[in-house]
Amino acid sequence: MRLPVPANTVPTDTVSANTRAAPRRHPFGLAEALHAEWTKTRTIASTGWLLLAAIALTVAVGAAAAAGTSCPSGVVCQVDPAKVSLTGIDLGQAVVAMVAVLAISNEYSTGMIRITLSAMPRRTVVLAAKAAVLSGLVLAAGTIAVLGSVLAGRLILSGHGFTPAHGYELLSLDSPTVLRAAAGSVLYLALVALLSLGVATAVRDSAVAIGIVLGLLYLFPIVANVVGNAHWHRHLEQIGPMTAGLAIQATTDLTSLPISPWAGLGVLAAWAAAALLAGGLVLRLRDA
Amino acid sequence: MTAGTVTPYQPGQQTGRDGFAQLLRAEWVKFRTVRGWVIGLVVAVLVMLGLGLFGAVGSNSSCQSTSGGPARSGQGCSTANPPVGPGGEAVSDSFYLVRQPLAGNGSITVRVTSLTGLIPSRNGAGTGTQPGLVPWAKAGIIIKASTQPGSAYAAMMVTADHGVRMQDNFTGDTAGQPGTVTESDPRWLRLTRSGDTITGYDSADALHWAQVGTVHLTGLPLTVQAGLFAASPAYIAVTQGLGGGQNGIIAPSQDTAVFDHVSRSGTWPAGTWTGDYIGADYGSGIGGYHQAGGRFTVTGSGDIAPVVPGQAGGEDLTVTTFLVGTFAGLIAVIVVAAMFITVEYRRGLIRTTLIVSPRRGRVLAAKAIVIGSVAFVAGLVAAAAAVIFGTQLARGRVYVFPVSWLTELRIVVGTAALVAVAAVLALAVGTMLRRSAAAVTIVIVVIVLPYLLGVVSVLPASAADWVLRITPAAAFAVQQAIPQYSQVTALYSPGGSGGGYFPLAPWAGFAVLCGWAAIAVALALVLLRRRDV
Repeated sequence: MRLPVPANTVPTDTVSANTRAAPRRHPFGLAEALHAEWTKTRTIASTGWLLLAAIALTVAVGAAAAAGTSCPSGVVCQVDPAKVSLTGIDLGQAVVAMVAVLAISNEYSTGMIRITLSAMPRRTVVLAAKAAVLSGLVLAAGTIAVLGSVLAGRLILSGHGFTPAHGYELLSLDSPTVLRAAAGSVLYLALVALLSLGVATAVRDSAVAIGIVLGLLYLFPIVANVVGNAHWHRHLEQIGPMTAGLAIQATTDLTSLPISPWAGLGVLAAWAAAALLAGGLVLRLRDA
Repeated sequence: MTAGTVTPYQPGQQTGRDGFAQLLRAEWVKFRTVRGWVIGLVVAVLVMLGLGLFGAVGSNSSCQSTSGGPARSGQGCSTANPPVGPGGEAVSDSFYLVRQPLAGNGSITVRVTSLTGLIPSRNGAGTGTQPGLVPWAKAGIIIKASTQPGSAYAAMMVTADHGVRMQDNFTGDTAGQPGTVTESDPRWLRLTRSGDTITGYDSADALHWAQVGTVHLTGLPLTVQAGLFAASPAYIAVTQGLGGGQNGIIAPSQDTAVFDHVSRSGTWPAGTWTGDYIGADYGSGIGGYHQAGGRFTVTGSGDIAPVVPGQAGGEDLTVTTFLVGTFAGLIAVIVVAAMFITVEYRRGLIRTTLIVSPRRGRVLAAKAIVIGSVAFVAGLVAAAAAVIFGTQLARGRVYVFPVSWLTELRIVVGTAALVAVAAVLALAVGTMLRRSAAAVTIVIVVIVLPYLLGVVSVLPASAADWVLRITPAAAFAVQQAIPQYSQVTALYSPGGSGGGYFPLAPWAGFAVLCGWAAIAVALALVLLRRRDV
């Protein structure tokens, strides 16, 4: 969908002309771009509320999943306490994706993007600044959400009999695998944000962008679930951004994972990089 | 939004242009003239179909990966497909039968004094056996149309854990006297045939008889096979795993029943009894009988019951597999449906719309009807095509459980209705929030994420069950192809290639989604009426 160009804004071809004519002598560098993006993000009330919602939902779903997990005595349950506690990431990532999508598509829907690009004609720098500010915010919110989830999981699961006395280790960040799951989940959220930013930059419309991102995330596990062929099932889980990325949450039974934890996060990073690359290219080549 | 452009709400206004038909037409024109929305719906149909066909091809079976031991009464990749019962469902019809032909009407009465058996030893399959019975080990008397597997029958039986039962035509199951059978507490069973009608009775002492049930077996031939049988379904050990659902150890079991006081009325030949293993192509073939005086000892293995997904480790599909693309299609439809209203807010078109038609409830109704109908048609086309082409693609590669055409119709129409109601829900949430990103995120998250959590992910069974009862994802129950049978032991779980069992009945699950959509529409209506635009 093309936006109608109101008469009082800078014509789009002027913006393009600026880009071409003065690629080096622009007054702004990355620091100014970062500052500008930070101001924009900070002054939109919805960003803060959405990040708070992401934290609250992540912790709430993780706590609910932990509360729903119990193991009848005398049975050996294959419970991965870290994974159960971090179930909330499944929901939190949707809110994070929304924050990331709105960071760029709001500018398109209000026409702000033309002002942004007039002020800072180096479009790649704009996108990089957006990505940096967004990553910082999501890393901060994600850290709080993950710490809250781990704490809730530790308290609730130990109340449900998952204690050292029954052969389960208490959830603690001292354990290297739990630390990997926790830190990895924070990184996972940041990478989902970058993937969403890239997609939203490419397609501009917020509804379409969020649809594409949630489709990419949620469809791989659902389709893999019904594909009976073990070979295909494994491959689908290896290439899906969510299925591969969340391998980082596993702390038990690592051999049954479709992909090793860090490699899985790498797959998600590749998706994010590809999306940002596509978004960056489209942003450079297209009129705003 | 500036207040100056708002036209006050005028409830009494009635003009010639305010007819509901014109309103519908206006909304339809809005929909079809936005190229992006039409493309969005075409994309929805294509991804629904494409992913469904991928599901059909991707399940190209890899037989060697199935776990050891004869899976589901010997039903693996190498053996034949299961027979089909009188109701059109896949059945297991493998058991040991000691029989004589019965011409015309008659009855058979026996006393059962013991039911014992062998199950795999606890150390796992292939490490020997130990005494024991599976819950649905069964033995008793049967009247069957022929020895052909899948033919009509009615039977009275004692079972290991479920008392006396009368079962017929694989799906019918009626409870008789409870309790287990022992030497000191035997059970008397009687079957009476009168034309197509078979009546079952049970008794503890041969004096006081209680009728358990009456069944009509349509098309029963004049001469039927009647006699004593024993069957014992495969032993399934369920491991409660939280990662990928449940794992089962499946191995054959057998049972032995002792009968005496066999008495008959009607036209029976004077000759001896014949013992055969019925359906040997599909079962383990374990069985035999021993007659000493009036006492029969019958040993059997196998089952006379429906076959369901989740009993074996094999690569069996249901038509539901071909509809996995519903999720992708839903996401596209939700995006379009939310934008159908949020774009009006973003562009300011909503003010024009409401000036032309000030009765806001009717505007919302017209929008809901247009987007709901369009989504229904898209869902119907995609679901029907996915089921038809998916079945063709899968044929010959992998076994697809047969379902009746009524069930297939319910699945296809139910899927279309699910897509339509989801579109209305997205429209309502979009009206409430007036922001497309938030509306799309919320609707996708409430429909798709609960399914993901309940079916695919780490949630324990009880929590998954709860999630699939109360969230809009309950509606995916309309896609359930094979019902859950209480007389068949299987891993009834929502997920996995052998899964697809939902806690709610198909239309009850769909009603949950409708309830959520109704709440959303009501809230949207209230907000649309109260708020300035």
